Amino acid sequence: MSETALAEEQSSTEVSSSKIVTLRIAKFNPEHDSGQQYVDFKVPYERWTTVLDAVLDVKKHLDHSVAVRYSCRQASCGSCGMKINGRPRLACFTKISELNSDVVTVEPMNNYPIVRDLVVKLDKMFANHKKMQPYVIREDSEITAPTKEFNQTPEQLEEYIQFANCIKCGLCNSACPTMATDSSFLGPQALGQAYRYVADNRDKGKYSRLKIIDESHGIWRCHFAGSCSQVCPKGVDPAMGIQLLRGYLLGFRK
Amino acid sequence: MRESTIMKIHYGTALAAVVLVAVHVLFRVTMMNYEDSLAYENVLANYKYLPYAIMLELILVLLSVHGFNGLRVILLELKQGRSYEKAVTYGCIAGMAGLIAYGSRTILMASMGIT
Amino acid sequence: MKRNENREGIKGMANPGRYGIERFAYWLMRITGLGLLAYFIGHIYETSNIVNGKTAWENMLSMTQTTEGHVLLTLVIGMCVFHTANGIRVMLGHGGYGVGKPARPDYPYTPASQNNMHKLCIYASIGLAALAMMYGMSVLFGE
Repeated sequence: MSETALAEEQSSTEVSSSKIVTLRIAKFNPEHDSGQQYVDFKVPYERWTTVLDAVLDVKKHLDHSVAVRYSCRQASCGSCGMKINGRPRLACFTKISELNSDVVTVEPMNNYPIVRDLVVKLDKMFANHKKMQPYVIREDSEITAPTKEFNQTPEQLEEYIQFANCIKCGLCNSACPTMATDSSFLGPQALGQAYRYVADNRDKGKYSRLKIIDESHGIWRCHFAGSCSQVCPKGVDPAMGIQLLRGYLLGFRK
Repeated sequence: MRESTIMKIHYGTALAAVVLVAVHVLFRVTMMNYEDSLAYENVLANYKYLPYAIMLELILVLLSVHGFNGLRVILLELKQGRSYEKAVTYGCIAGMAGLIAYGSRTILMASMGIT
Repeated sequence: MKRNENREGIKGMANPGRYGIERFAYWLMRITGLGLLAYFIGHIYETSNIVNGKTAWENMLSMTQTTEGHVLLTLVIGMCVFHTANGIRVMLGHGGYGVGKPARPDYPYTPASQNNMHKLCIYASIGLAALAMMYGMSVLFGE
């Protein structure tokens, strides 16, 4: 390769050019603050910089006290859910460049009690998740004698695998309009998981789960606004699961 | 009553009401012109025509059940608490019963010509 | 509601701007439902005048057969048509119809339940309501 060709090739490679964004972080400590306060930080970013990178940049260089929960940085653990420019998103899965805004406002997710700053308490969501009996229910087992495998065809797997992608980040509950006012509602996360197990052909706990969700703050408080599915970072589509689950209660599905 | 039963009633009343309200509206605009259809004598004649009076009674029951259950759902989602939820449920049942009673009184009196 | 529960409240429930037309339809469904219930109660009271004789009936009619009364009735027609058409869409969805089939999701994860058919039905409901309102206006104001 000639020197000119090499130079041309190098010049066609995109050169990193740092830009500056204003990161507006909501700070609030329920133990001694009366209300949320927004603090602005100027942060440099590249095309690939995520909101989590920017928050951690602030934490490292500008304000150590910013409270944020994170772990895997690859949308697998579901720890860094927060409201970014008014919409619940995973901070590690949202690039600043794709927000097309000079100001990025990060706030704690709605509909969860705030622990501090961007960290919220997910206890209620996990409690509701547990209520759904999130395990295969049946009397026999694959591991006790006489050992036998529970067969499942690829088609049977397709029935629920989408819903098994849930990472329990809680974004769906934060976007749900019913959760905005109803503190007793089970929420799209739990209901989506109820469908995941009901649709699993190995499971025999359908009626037990349907009984749990058929109460005054259960599945009927979902009105199919679909915001939960729009914000899900894993393509779980809880709104679909909930409607399919409701089909069992209405007698359209067996 | 289980919530699924209540919601099945909610959907059923909605579907039935759509059909009957359509007939009710069509009566106002197709039999004669709208203004004339509201004339005292014509309205009274409607009430005295038994199938129409029965249809009005059905609409009254269907829409009251559907409407007040819808209100109950909205109110239950707005605020929670044992006593509040009980008050909302019984309040909506009372409202529904009151409206049905009041509307039925009109239908009954008008169809019997007690005016 | 405790302050640190951080619930969005009615404002968050009603805010239709952030999540597209489906959230707008959800909000409109509630508003029209409440509006129709209020109208229904008023209508039952209004028509009860029939038992008080011709004069009472005509007095009541003269109160409602005004421009404001006709505008209100036009709004009721619109609310009724939207609530009905969107209600049928929601009801079918609640039964699991038209919400898509579960499948292994692929990035960028477009939710199947939020498909174009639903969006189209919502726009059609709004369009039908507008048409019905125009027809209603032609009947109410055209005479």
